[in-house]
Parts: sequence; C-alpha cells; structure tokens
Amino acid sequence: MRRHIVAAAAASLVACASTLPIGERPTATADEQDRITAVLKRDFHDRGPAKVSRVELDAVQRTCNLHADNPPASVAEPLEKAQLATIKFPSDGRLLGDWKNGEKIAQSGRGSMWSDKPGQPAGGGCYNCHQLSPMEASFGNVGPSLYRFGKLRGDGPDVQKYVYGKIYNAKAYNLCSQMPRLGYAGTLTEQQIKDVTALLLDPASPVNQ
Amino acid sequence: MRIVLCTAVFAAALSPALAQDAKTEIQKYQRMINEDSPAELYAIEGETLWKKKAGPRNVSLEQCDLGLGPGVLKGAYARLPRYFPDADRVMDLETRLLYCMTTLQGRTHEEATKRVFGNDDQPSEMEYLSAYVASQSRGMKMEPGTTHPKEKAAFELGRELFFHRAGTWDFSCASCHGTEGQRIRMQDLPVLYKPAYARHVIATWPAYRVSNSQFKTMQWRVNDCYRQMRMPEPTFGSDATVALITFLTVTGEGEPYAGPGTKR
Repeated sequence: MRRHIVAAAAASLVACASTLPIGERPTATADEQDRITAVLKRDFHDRGPAKVSRVELDAVQRTCNLHADNPPASVAEPLEKAQLATIKFPSDGRLLGDWKNGEKIAQSGRGSMWSDKPGQPAGGGCYNCHQLSPMEASFGNVGPSLYRFGKLRGDGPDVQKYVYGKIYNAKAYNLCSQMPRLGYAGTLTEQQIKDVTALLLDPASPVNQ
Repeated sequence: MRIVLCTAVFAAALSPALAQDAKTEIQKYQRMINEDSPAELYAIEGETLWKKKAGPRNVSLEQCDLGLGPGVLKGAYARLPRYFPDADRVMDLETRLLYCMTTLQGRTHEEATKRVFGNDDQPSEMEYLSAYVASQSRGMKMEPGTTHPKEKAAFELGRELFFHRAGTWDFSCASCHGTEGQRIRMQDLPVLYKPAYARHVIATWPAYRVSNSQFKTMQWRVNDCYRQMRMPEPTFGSDATVALITFLTVTGEGEPYAGPGTKR
C-alpha cells in the first residue's frame, strides 16, 4: 500500500514538474511535500538521536518549501509571531553569559547529529556560516559577518533580547532564514545561548575588539 | 602528505590576509597529488575483489552487468545511474554492485550492506570496487539515463529532495549548495543544481579525500550531508539516495569523467 502511494507520488511529480528546465529551482505544493515526507519515512531510518520522526514538517518548513524560501509578508508575519512566542527567555532576566565559553560553542559544529554521543556538549556551529572573532580566519559566509556586532549596536536590553532570541529561534525574525532554531530545536541550552550572546555583545569579547 | 596540508591550514588560521594564500597553496597541492592519485591503489585492490570468488555461490563479480552487458566495465560508470529492467528500478553504481552481490554471489542484503563505508584503518569493499569500476570510465562523457520514465521520475524526485527543507535544523541540500559564492568555513560550496557547478563535481566522484586519507563514494557523500543536516540516516541504495544521485548526475552530465579524483 505504502509502496503504491510512493510510486504514484513519483509518477505525479514527473507529470507536474517535467517542464521545469535543469538549473531552475522548483516550489513544492502541500501535496508534493507530503509525498516527499512519505519517501523520507520509507527510505530513511533511525540512527542514534536522529529519529525518522524528524522528517515531519512544521508550519515554518511547509511555508518555506511552498514559497521557495520567499513567502509574501502577509503569510510570513503571523508565522514569525508564533515563532517569537516559542522563545523562552531566562527566568532570571540575565541574557549575557561567559563569552569565553561562547567562543567554544561558536567553534563547535557538534550536536543533534547521529554521530554525536548523548551527553556530549553541543555547539552552535557559528563559524561555519559567520565571521565573529578576528582571531579565527576560517569562517563561512552563508550568514552575515558578526565581527564588531556589539561595538556597532551596543549591548542595551533590546539588543540583548534580540541576540538571545535570534539564536534561540532565528525564524521568529526572518521566517525562511537558513539559520537553525538552536534553542527551539533543543541543540543549545539556555546557558549556552547566554554564552554565545555574550560572545557577540560583551565589550571584552574578541568580537568587539 | 598530511603535514603539507596541516601547514596550509595552520597558515590559514593565522590571519585573514593569509587565507587567500593558503587557499592557493591548497589548490596547488591538490593539482600535485592529482598527478599521482592514491585512488589508483584503491582501484588495484578493487580489481582483486572484483575477480575474487565470494558468497554462498562462490563466484566473482566478473559477470555483473553494470548496464553495458555482463562483465563490461569500460565506460559503464559514465552511463550511471540508469534504469535496469532486471531489477525494474534506477540504480547508481553502488546500488548495482549490491544487486550483483546478492543475485550473482548469493549473499544476503544484510551481510553485503553490513559495512558499506570504511574508515582510515579499513576501507570498505564497496569503496574499492567503486574505485575500480569508475576508473574505467576516465575520459568518457558522463551520460546517465534520462529517457526511461523511471529515470525521469528519479530525476524529479531527486530535485524535489534537493530543495526540501526538513529536520531538526530546517536544512535542505540547497541550504549550503543553493547560492553562489557561499562557503562553510573555508570550503567553497558548489551550487549543485546548476550544471556549471555540478559538472566538475560529478566528473570527479568517487574520490580520495586527503583530509582524512579515505576513499569516499557518492552514496557516502549523500549520507554524510544528511548527517550534517541533522536528518535521520538515508538507507544505503534506497530510491531516495539513487534519486538524489540521479538528479546531481543528470544536472552535471556531458563532462568527461576525470576521476576517481582527489578532494581536500
């Protein structure tokens, strides 16, 4: 039965998308996304902490897939609002942790992979995509440079709240951002997000030198 | 060999000004090692395994039909993935090798897939065989199957998978391989749905990876991307993996095969 659904899915994908030339980017309707999810459930398996249940889509992923990461504002705004409501700000009201630990978290690309051992501290993988400390020359450019982030914007309460929130759930501020929802996804802990926030905002952090 | 690369990486870490120099040095080094690629050694071992009798039927893989007829190896890799009527599905190289292990040699699927990816201590049978088969398509144009309805379906499924965001970190393949000029750390990211980028990539896999001294296959490449995407593990040889490899290969078709290559 399941096999038939998948076969029908593959056939209908051909029918729908065969006119799109090579090198073009497709969009995916809700039905097409459901069929892809069925393929993933059939062809992927649990390994360590990475369970097949991870392929279930939420409203953010569905909307971004539907609009090729560029939804109209009228669609994006209510979803961003809902994502903002997921952010758990620390109950003690302190958002700045230890920038030295934040630097270690920014360097580490571990966490949430099937190869990660349970109990091992996760990282944010920040340098994979961002420039931060000038001491680290091996940085990616998928996201903007964050060098001198605090120096340029200050470290007032609003900036602190924005940085903590952005790390916790990037989709609250830009629905189809490529940045993972590091707090919402359970990759980083509250203390770790505080530490990375400090890496960006603490005047003593190498980022702000 | 490792010392040279480590020196280059260390230099890159010193300052942004040196980063570009280091990159040039790495490229120079890559050209140098390509001239006498360790992939050759894997191909030699692969030939031994290809001809070795194994499995309950105690036969070699020499009668394996990779698409051009039983035992025909010359140019076979350059025509994959393709539709195989005997299996009634599209197969890439590794999926087809697995098919031959189970049908010709009588081995169980479970036994034959027990250790498909090796490590630096012990490469896998699949890696050796991939090196051997691929090396016999050198200089030939990559021409995967594109006419059978199942080949077309595999391409379209692969394209949908490539752009499908899902999982704990909301990534699709396009999160890293969808925009020009992007890097992860120092690594340039090819925009794999564009022929201009896919051609070179497809013409050089499978490949020897200098950074970890291992020979890596296309099934491994897909597997390890999904690991880093925080997704569950794709099953070796599954339709989803074959579809993705078909999509990438068709996108990069027409380039003369220059592998098995050497990667960073």
